[in-house]
Amino acid sequence: MEQAVADRSAASAVAARVRRLPPEAGILLVLLALALAFELLGWMFVHQSFLANEQRLVVMILQVSVIGVIAVGVTQVIITGGIDLSSGSVVALTAMVAASLAQSSQAARAVYPSLADLPVLVPVAAGLAVGAAAGLVNGTLIAGTGIPPFIATLGVMVSARGLAKWYTRGEPVSMLTDPYAAIGSGAVPVVIFLATALIFHVALRYTRYGKFTYAIGANAQAARIAGIRVGRHLIVVYTIAGLLSGLAGVLTSARAVSGQAGMGLMYELDAIAAAVIGGASLSGGVGRITGTVMGTLILGVVTSGFTFLRIDAYYQEIVKGGIIVAAVAADQYRRRRRLTTT
Amino acid sequence: MGPASAARVAPALLEVSRVSKSFPGVAALEDVTLRLEQGTVHALMGENGAGKSTLMKIVAGVCPPDSGELRLAGRPLRLDSPRQALECGIAMIHQELNLLPTMSVAENIWIRREPLNALRFVRHRELNRMTRVLLERLAVDVDPQAELRTLPLAARQMVEIARALSYDSRLLIMDEPTSALTEREAERLFAVIRDLRACGVGIFYVTHRIEELFALADEVSVLRDGRHIGTETPANLSRDDVIRMMVGRELSSPPAAAPAQAGPVVLSAHGLSVAGEFHDVSFELHAGEILGVAGLVGSGRSKLAETLFGLVPPTGGEIRIGGSAARLDSPAAAISHGLGFVTEDRKETGCFLSLGVLENLEISALSRDFVRFGIVRSIAARQACERMASALKVRTRGLSERIENLSGGNQQKVLLGRWLLLKPRILILDEPTRGVDVGAKAEIHQLIKGLVAEGAAVLMISSELPEILAMSDRVMVMHEGRVTGVLGRDAATQVRIMDLAAR
Repeated sequence: MEQAVADRSAASAVAARVRRLPPEAGILLVLLALALAFELLGWMFVHQSFLANEQRLVVMILQVSVIGVIAVGVTQVIITGGIDLSSGSVVALTAMVAASLAQSSQAARAVYPSLADLPVLVPVAAGLAVGAAAGLVNGTLIAGTGIPPFIATLGVMVSARGLAKWYTRGEPVSMLTDPYAAIGSGAVPVVIFLATALIFHVALRYTRYGKFTYAIGANAQAARIAGIRVGRHLIVVYTIAGLLSGLAGVLTSARAVSGQAGMGLMYELDAIAAAVIGGASLSGGVGRITGTVMGTLILGVVTSGFTFLRIDAYYQEIVKGGIIVAAVAADQYRRRRRLTTT
Repeated sequence: MGPASAARVAPALLEVSRVSKSFPGVAALEDVTLRLEQGTVHALMGENGAGKSTLMKIVAGVCPPDSGELRLAGRPLRLDSPRQALECGIAMIHQELNLLPTMSVAENIWIRREPLNALRFVRHRELNRMTRVLLERLAVDVDPQAELRTLPLAARQMVEIARALSYDSRLLIMDEPTSALTEREAERLFAVIRDLRACGVGIFYVTHRIEELFALADEVSVLRDGRHIGTETPANLSRDDVIRMMVGRELSSPPAAAPAQAGPVVLSAHGLSVAGEFHDVSFELHAGEILGVAGLVGSGRSKLAETLFGLVPPTGGEIRIGGSAARLDSPAAAISHGLGFVTEDRKETGCFLSLGVLENLEISALSRDFVRFGIVRSIAARQACERMASALKVRTRGLSERIENLSGGNQQKVLLGRWLLLKPRILILDEPTRGVDVGAKAEIHQLIKGLVAEGAAVLMISSELPEILAMSDRVMVMHEGRVTGVLGRDAATQVRIMDLAAR
């Protein structure tokens, strides 16, 4: 009898502790479970370890770090209750602009023949500026006209892709300088991804910017009444998201040592998926950068895990879709349960 | 002899006997017994919160009674849903119209019951014909194919009535149908109601307007604090009788408070108007006083508050703060002028439900007090919020608890605390204790008085007359967008206020 009572109180203590764990704990568990599953499958089918391979781990993160940089921005947009569909196209546009300013003097058909061998800072700054400008357009459309974010960023997505193609009439931009290419080589993109995540993790948790971002997503009208200039703040958030897409464009073109108008195709959806898998809620007010980082890593584990098992790319996509839906379904379930218990 | 006695023997259209209903913490209805005769208009009156709406919801099948019984034409009636009520011929026309704005008039009326052909496609011509017949019966000139949102409110209301009649309803419930109508539109509605009565329909008519009762009702029942006070024929009543029945108790004078130390004028409105909401509102608010604003739903009180706080741009007149004209184009501007605003709907416009108590408390004071170079001084903010939460006696497991999990009273305290952290000179409160339990209510009242004692000015809107009387130094009464009187503490009584509010 007493034993049963003790058991129950111990169980409820455990339950209370579980409840107090940050929401990322569940996602971390998914990440570890997936990694372990591939480890097991690896030993069973290809007779090698999935995780005990440093090079594979680096490549795995490298592959998703561009998506991760975008997802850090998209997470902030999603926390405000919005969405940004333009990221992938902005990657293409900034890749083109930045690459055109990063060409070496050996380039046969340079976009700007007189502007060869510029210091690496110029193309980087130009890429970031173009990204931020695209974000500014998004934010201004949304805050200034009240157009739903889905529509506004859909428009910018189409136009930015068009601009990227128009910029060189569809020609790829190649022969970039070595210092520019260095931005995309080795583990540099991984470092940039993690640094970006750290900066915005701190910004969301410890600055007024972050507090206002959550408040607007939780209840925009209440935020307005509490004295937040909601429109102005949304413009800042979308501009930051654009800036990060620009950074992703720089990374993409540096890694490929060229700029192409077809770059970044569907990156916006991968970034949204990473944020949502990481616990961000499309209804706003909920989401964390740590979760998004883990969501990004989950996408990376799935991609490289399937490659490692030598499974067709088709299956990869099918399973990726399933994982996105399962993550959102789990989130909905969690929320419903919370509502019924209170 | 014959017909008269037969009428007496025939059961009433609806008998409500000994119905009680309570919601957590409040008895909404206690032992209410009423009869609605066929072919009559039965008015229901009472203050806000007297139980009228609860009673009507029970009759319309929205919620079941805790005890007591309903009989429809002599047969016991048990309703589990509004749909079931409709099938029994009971239809309710809600204050907030339950229509689908982007669909046509005909689709709105016949939804779920569209005439279908053999292939189960909707027969649109027949649908429109049926609608036209129905609308003609109401003498309403509306195109059945018009999209609902393009119609004026009065026409939408007629559509809702048409929908109710399309179920061959014998019993109609109308909850303040004229609150949003112009006088001419209301006259049209009265004509329709008289026609329906002549056709034998029984009508429950909930209203706040006393003159409607004399114009329309065959009987009037008054509810107060969930009890049935009496049923009378309007011909036997005077206006004062009705008010006395609604207000009840010849009031014990409100608890003696310190005489108002009226300070300088901190906020004043001069001929302030918002087209279609309120007109030519002028008043002065002094430091150290509570100005109560009384008035019925639809009197423009809340819009006035929103205008003063910069949420709605005025279409005329001027707001002066501390003696000089202020242009308040956003809440942020109003806050920088020293204003604070607790809205009437804490879930929709107050709380950040998905965030914690801390985030809900600190948000407004954040920029001014707790941020250095953009970084939140988390420890200082948390300490200030902890002090505020304990001063307000907010009952919560901790500041990290989501505000969603707090009771209504505690949520309201947090929202008050949000402004108290800013120490506003002028605080606008819209229904500060709506849906708050008695204990928390008294605590909130104490807080407001404490704030005023420190020299702040408070504009307090409330639908509860006892609250207005107990708290206010002066009472401004509004009726249909106009100020109908400002009463000093000594002149303010429930009867006097109701008289100005319900003229």
